Amino acid sequence: MFRNQYDTDITTYSPQGRVHQIEYAMEAVKQGSAVVGLRSATHVVLATLKRSSSELASNQRKLFEIDSHVGIAIAGLTADARVLTRFMRAECHNHQYVYETPMPLSRLVLAVADKSQVATQRASKRPFGVGLLVAGYDTTGAHLYQTCPSGNYFEYEAFAIGARSQSAKTYLEKHFESFAALSLEELCRHAILALQETVASSKDTELTTRNTALAFVGRDTPWTMVEDDSVEEYLLVLDAEDELEEGDADAARQQTQQPPAAMDES
Amino acid sequence: MDPLLRPGHNAPHLPAAMGPGYADVFDRLSRQGGRVETTGTNALPTFDAHAGAKQASFQPYQNNGGSVVAVAGKDFCVVASDTRFGLGFAVPTRMISRNLVLNDKVVLATAGMQADTCTLHKVLRIRLDMYRQNHGKDMSLGAVSQLLSNTLYYKRFFPYYTFNVLGGVDENGEGFCYGYDAIGSHEKVKVVCTGSSQSLIQPVLDNQVDGKQMYDGQPVAELSLEQTVELVKDCFSSAGERDIYTVGLDGRGQPPLYVKILKLAFVLTSHPLRSKYTRSHFIQGQSPAVRDSQTTTDTYFT
Repeated sequence: MFRNQYDTDITTYSPQGRVHQIEYAMEAVKQGSAVVGLRSATHVVLATLKRSSSELASNQRKLFEIDSHVGIAIAGLTADARVLTRFMRAECHNHQYVYETPMPLSRLVLAVADKSQVATQRASKRPFGVGLLVAGYDTTGAHLYQTCPSGNYFEYEAFAIGARSQSAKTYLEKHFESFAALSLEELCRHAILALQETVASSKDTELTTRNTALAFVGRDTPWTMVEDDSVEEYLLVLDAEDELEEGDADAARQQTQQPPAAMDES
Repeated sequence: MDPLLRPGHNAPHLPAAMGPGYADVFDRLSRQGGRVETTGTNALPTFDAHAGAKQASFQPYQNNGGSVVAVAGKDFCVVASDTRFGLGFAVPTRMISRNLVLNDKVVLATAGMQADTCTLHKVLRIRLDMYRQNHGKDMSLGAVSQLLSNTLYYKRFFPYYTFNVLGGVDENGEGFCYGYDAIGSHEKVKVVCTGSSQSLIQPVLDNQVDGKQMYDGQPVAELSLEQTVELVKDCFSSAGERDIYTVGLDGRGQPPLYVKILKLAFVLTSHPLRSKYTRSHFIQGQSPAVRDSQTTTDTYFT
């Protein structure tokens, strides 16, 4: 995106009818590490790649509980995400107090979107630099929403945001039609595989218990986060996939009767 | 004067029923058939030929009766409440829940005015949820006890008409309970009861659990969980025989008591706890398989 004379101010339109500051805010979301979400009829799973600034630092948490039936995954400015988390928790508590029922997801996400929009129409404010994947289960079923710094929100069957999320989206586009009937375990498997697509191209990062976190929520399943060592059993699907691929490669080779690949080929 | 006593109406020619008597205003509640009368006029704006036209007045309080008990043991606490919702001589509801399960280690039981009980419980539940989200762990018994005290004192000049007992296990795994008055004065003890049968039950508990007023010099043995549960059930059935605001037995003459075990805190109530009010906790770093195998609740009917 090239710098131009219409992008300094949130209150200035460009001649093309764009507000560049909002688009720059959405760039901030793309700088965050990848976050993947997918849902079935009864459950929603979020998988995140946690970045760390150095070996000494802890990996930044990207999954937050909002209520026992809702949680979010963030990509972008963590501090802005903290503010939104606090806001969403307060909204859920208020709703629970007044109506004695868990807050419907659509209204919660709408509240976040409206709050985000305010920040795009004031000279004294800047847009929130964080995108959320909101996962939850309410009386209308399992839902996955995405919120934007622009104040837009969308509902998805499956989605990914953050760096290199396009690879994850490609994987999800291939498989999403089967998600509705899947069990929680199978959903988690797809989530890990989709997340792995975002690191597949980069040779020095792979999914480990240190940099991966998972969370799910759904029918009869309150928000549950899986972090650190507990992620190990979910990452086993990656080993299984590798073996499967090697097995397929062997079968293909035998079929075409080609000699086995040499050691220095990959 | 109409000799047929109707609920909510006062009946000055009948002997006053016993009731909780903390403050003078509250004391008059029981004598006025459940409605407090701060201005000296009838509870309802009625026309009485003998006394002339009466004025309406603001009647914020009701006494719905009920008794609550908490008895702590070495590593457990039994919290019990009766289930009668009373209003004067009437019983608008036979099955009301006076308990609030706050978390694995803490249970609150509240007698007094049911509306204030409901609101107080709602406020505390939200506050505990906020604590858990902000601190990443459940509130301890001591922390909850102070929170409740502060919440009650906050309304010092328009109090929650509630008589609370808080029971559970502290951070060392030892059972304790707290008794409260309406404005938050509280004390950490091993055994407490409050509500309409307080004067009937407390002496029995003092004697049986604390060994008070025993003149044979025998030390009182520490009660096991089963013995404590039986003692509490006996206290309620006895109190129910003498206090119209407390019920100890159901229609079949059996104590319909429902015990729910929460790790080391036990809740004994005549009303099945509404499970939707028990929030699941943030379980850090546990896979579904591990979480499901840790059953924290068992239920059985006694």
